[in-house]
Amino acid sequence: MPTEYLPIVIFMLVATAFGLGSLMVGIIFRPHRPYAEKLIPYESGNIPVGETRSRFHIHFYIIAMLFLVFDVEAVFMYPWAVVFDKIGLYAYIEMILFILILTVGYIYAWKKDAFKWD
Amino acid sequence: MKALLETLISPGSFDIIINIGFIFGKIVIVVSVVMLAVALAPYFERKVIGHMQVRMGPMRVGPHGILQPIADALKLFFKEDIIPAESDKVIFFIAPVITMFGAMTSLAVIPWWKSFAVADINIGILFIFAMSSVGAYGIVMAGWASNSKFSFLGGLRASAQIISYEVAMGMSLVGVMLLSGSLNLSEIAAAQAGEGLFFFKNWYIFPQIIAAGVFFLSMLAETNRTPFDMPEAESELVAGYFTEYSGFRFSLFFVGEYIAMFVMAAIGVICFLGGWSGPGPSIVPLQLLWFVLKLCFVMFLFFWIRATVPRYRYDQLMAIGWKVLIPLALLNIVITATLKII
Repeated sequence: MPTEYLPIVIFMLVATAFGLGSLMVGIIFRPHRPYAEKLIPYESGNIPVGETRSRFHIHFYIIAMLFLVFDVEAVFMYPWAVVFDKIGLYAYIEMILFILILTVGYIYAWKKDAFKWD
Repeated sequence: MKALLETLISPGSFDIIINIGFIFGKIVIVVSVVMLAVALAPYFERKVIGHMQVRMGPMRVGPHGILQPIADALKLFFKEDIIPAESDKVIFFIAPVITMFGAMTSLAVIPWWKSFAVADINIGILFIFAMSSVGAYGIVMAGWASNSKFSFLGGLRASAQIISYEVAMGMSLVGVMLLSGSLNLSEIAAAQAGEGLFFFKNWYIFPQIIAAGVFFLSMLAETNRTPFDMPEAESELVAGYFTEYSGFRFSLFFVGEYIAMFVMAAIGVICFLGGWSGPGPSIVPLQLLWFVLKLCFVMFLFFWIRATVPRYRYDQLMAIGWKVLIPLALLNIVITATLKII
């Protein structure tokens, strides 16, 4: 096991313990007097109307798909950037081609109004 | 179980326990210092904004209001914890913990001075991005679980905003990686060290000025700060994804957001402002001093912008992210690579 990751595992445990622990300790001190009106979700003082988790705008899906494409692109660039010195010109040309292909897709998405909110 | 006991009793295991204790000590120190800073940051913020708007800011609790953070924390601790009816109880409970977990764990890889980070791993930047994405899960889960329309819309907006700006932020740092040839934050900072009068001549902010601009704007959007605080825009969404959260659960979101600000500011300082490098001899107290001063400066920028710039509209926010920042970041990568190859 690579030992330099051990502190991260311990840090994760500490962070979880901090979050859960602070909530647990608070139970002793805080009051707990719920009644029906208090538990209604906030809707500017009115009784909530209709379904909460209803359908939402299609653009959120489009943004999610675009994110997948571009974030994977960014992740491809990280190792490329680190070894750029060792590979040199070949890596440069490869990545220019890669960026050009993605730019075509980017322009297509732009022309299809994927970035436009109406 | 027997094998576990035998490894614990064997002679080498004592070293392991000492080692774990040592790591644990480091973590406790880092977490407590950051928590203290997180307690003071809202006070600093209110004072800065107050004075910029020709007010005094908090003045009542203690001299110049210095005890205000303690009063706020105590108040939140004793507040009733309201879980709205028909909410998804388990997810509602776990969401703020996840947000705080993501922000806090990012602290593990930040080098506070030369050769001091809790975990000096060679994929530091990647780890920070992974953890900031974990924080986004907490926000989406909070919006979904609350069973409130304001929370739901806030959560949706937050997720779209965070993933959009994550792309721009990830790409803006590729230029820095190209120059330093490393993902390790300590090595990136060490590559910018300089001596004498022009100690700042190696800072990446000069060759990477486009990337620094893109990074700074994405940093504001990633941490949901003004002018990009759409997920919690109080004039349209009450409080966004944490509308239904009260008491200490709310303060976990709050703490998570401020730790995320610290982490992002630290990444900005390390990648563009030379990390711990500064004038004077390269000794540990001075390195820490320079790092903390630069960190405070970037935090001040956060507050300054909040006091100055009005909030954007949501479509403008998405347009800036996708139509301006991402092309600029890509252009920066091409320019940096081209300059490096010739």
